[in-house]
Amino acid sequence: MQYLGIQPKRPKIAVFDFTGCEGCELQLANKEETLVDFLAAVEVVAFREVMTDAGDDYEIALIEGAISRADEEALLRQIRDRAGVVVALGTCACYGGVNRLKNTFDLGEANREVYGDKPKETSEVRAVGDVVEVDLAIPGCPVNKAEVERIVQHVVLDVAFSFPAYPVCVECKQRFNICLVDRGQLCLGPIVQAGCDAPCPTGGRGCWGCRGPARDANVPEYLSALKEKGFGEDEVRERLGFFGAFEGAVG
Amino acid sequence: MSTVRVDIHKLTRVEGHGDIGVLVEDGKLKEASWEIVETPRYFEVMLKGKHYTSAAVLTSRICGICSIGHTLASLRATEHALGVEIPRVARKLRLLAKHGETLQSHYLHLFFLAVPDFLGAPSAIALIEADPELVGVAARLKRLGNTISEVAAGRMTHPVSLLVGGVAKMPERTRLAEIKAELEASLELVKKVIETFATLEIPEFARETEFVSLGGTEDYPWIGGRIVSTDGVDLAEADYLQATNEYCTDGNTSKWTKLSRESYAVGALARLNNNFDKLTERARQVARDLGLTPVNHNPFMNNIAQLVECVHVTEDAIRLVEELLDEPKGIETMAPVEASAGRGVGAAEVPRGILFHDYEYDESGRIVRANCIIPTTQNNANIHHDLGALVEEYVKRGANDEQMELLCSMLVRAYDPCISCSVH
Repeated sequence: MQYLGIQPKRPKIAVFDFTGCEGCELQLANKEETLVDFLAAVEVVAFREVMTDAGDDYEIALIEGAISRADEEALLRQIRDRAGVVVALGTCACYGGVNRLKNTFDLGEANREVYGDKPKETSEVRAVGDVVEVDLAIPGCPVNKAEVERIVQHVVLDVAFSFPAYPVCVECKQRFNICLVDRGQLCLGPIVQAGCDAPCPTGGRGCWGCRGPARDANVPEYLSALKEKGFGEDEVRERLGFFGAFEGAVG
Repeated sequence: MSTVRVDIHKLTRVEGHGDIGVLVEDGKLKEASWEIVETPRYFEVMLKGKHYTSAAVLTSRICGICSIGHTLASLRATEHALGVEIPRVARKLRLLAKHGETLQSHYLHLFFLAVPDFLGAPSAIALIEADPELVGVAARLKRLGNTISEVAAGRMTHPVSLLVGGVAKMPERTRLAEIKAELEASLELVKKVIETFATLEIPEFARETEFVSLGGTEDYPWIGGRIVSTDGVDLAEADYLQATNEYCTDGNTSKWTKLSRESYAVGALARLNNNFDKLTERARQVARDLGLTPVNHNPFMNNIAQLVECVHVTEDAIRLVEELLDEPKGIETMAPVEASAGRGVGAAEVPRGILFHDYEYDESGRIVRANCIIPTTQNNANIHHDLGALVEEYVKRGANDEQMELLCSMLVRAYDPCISCSVH
């Protein structure tokens, strides 16, 4: 396959899953109309969820899930040593995701509550980037396969990729939706990183912020606008903390 | 006498992390175990203090494959707790979204996870070259499942339009008409799949167990209803704790459950064993043609049961879309909701079996206590006991290490385990 006379790279990719729902991996097998082309553009050498064969020779490691146990940390470090490029795939890998909600509880009590007198080993939830250096972070709960495809196209053609600077709100307007905030629903669209094509507000539910803050988002200003519109502090705080993606972005 | 050893760490082509260990010495079974090693996640703790509008958004994240099922069980639990009755049209939209998920999940399992073993391939990726037509059909069928869920629920993985009180909006009629045409066309495509499955060699094996599922009154059951079993259990949805009897074991990060025996099975085969007469005529005929009639105790037949359900669900989805196309414009899809204290249980038949969510709310509509019981959690003990029986059977037949490893892997894969779910 050549593009504009250029022979694209066919990078060796390995996929690994840690603490999470494996929904982002599933997206890799979705968008079936372009799946065969997608699989032709890369060489998948390890992907436990769909392959029995596994190789240790890979250039790009896609990491799904958050890190919440010692063996996960050790495996992640080993992957970092082997891979030229480490990609955090999805909100759990990028920010910890909903798993991060666990950190607000005492781990001993959480263990007793779920497992009684047979507690299991667990640790505080961390994002992949809290443990090893991450070269590229693709947020989303789940990731948007179309965006993943765009990124892979850039990688195989050796072109730099950049996420849109504008927020989800812009993509929502492009889909001609009636503003949910105007209809009285909480939505984080104006401060959240675009690239998902706004499926949540389009489907009738406000943005929950799974993709984290947009590059130039004016978070404090939007929060005060929400307050003015009568949204309660508890509701807004629960929403911002939901995916662990706004830690550090709000005071 | 023979020695057989199987030691699989993190079995491939299943969702999540589980280990198989088998040891046979001098022809005698010393050990056969299925152990869940996935990192535990503590969703029941994370749910505490959450507002009723957040519960389903959070529990959807228990599972990337059956997120619609979790969302629906969660909404049903919340709606029971708050005393909400959703509009009739919302019930239809939810069932349609669910059917899309069942198709997507079953086809994913059948083609990408299970079938490669039967065809001697390491993955479906390897099958692209070997049988491009079959892979093409598989991709088109799976995509149809995704599209249905997307039309009915806004998105397939982690749906967005399913809210407490109903469904946010009615899909566009043009999109409904499109999926109806595609569903009708898929009934032809499925014939190719049925032909392929008729040639697969299903391992000979049976271990009598108890099959637990929802029991349909008029229709094949998917959302809510009574809990029934092949051992004669018949319980109300709210009494699910009497059916599940969850307990912790030392090694596993998933719990185990039991009912009338030491373990029980849930999933497509359990649903079919309990509700065979509620399937469409065409689905029943496919089942008979593929040698599946109730009560079938061969766990490998769960693959066939999933295919039979795909036929049933496709026909039922056509019916639902036709009814939705007949609904008047502007019909209300949401019921009013108000916070109140109370407890509610919601059960749903998700691709891998019966799922329960149970929440207790305080007066401000925040969760005080939550419990979720997952299909794979209910299957784990049954898989463990099946492994022992399977190994004993095939030691007698002279299986070597390699054959035993494949058989054990295929047995676990036949259950289509969702391990991330089971350690929620």
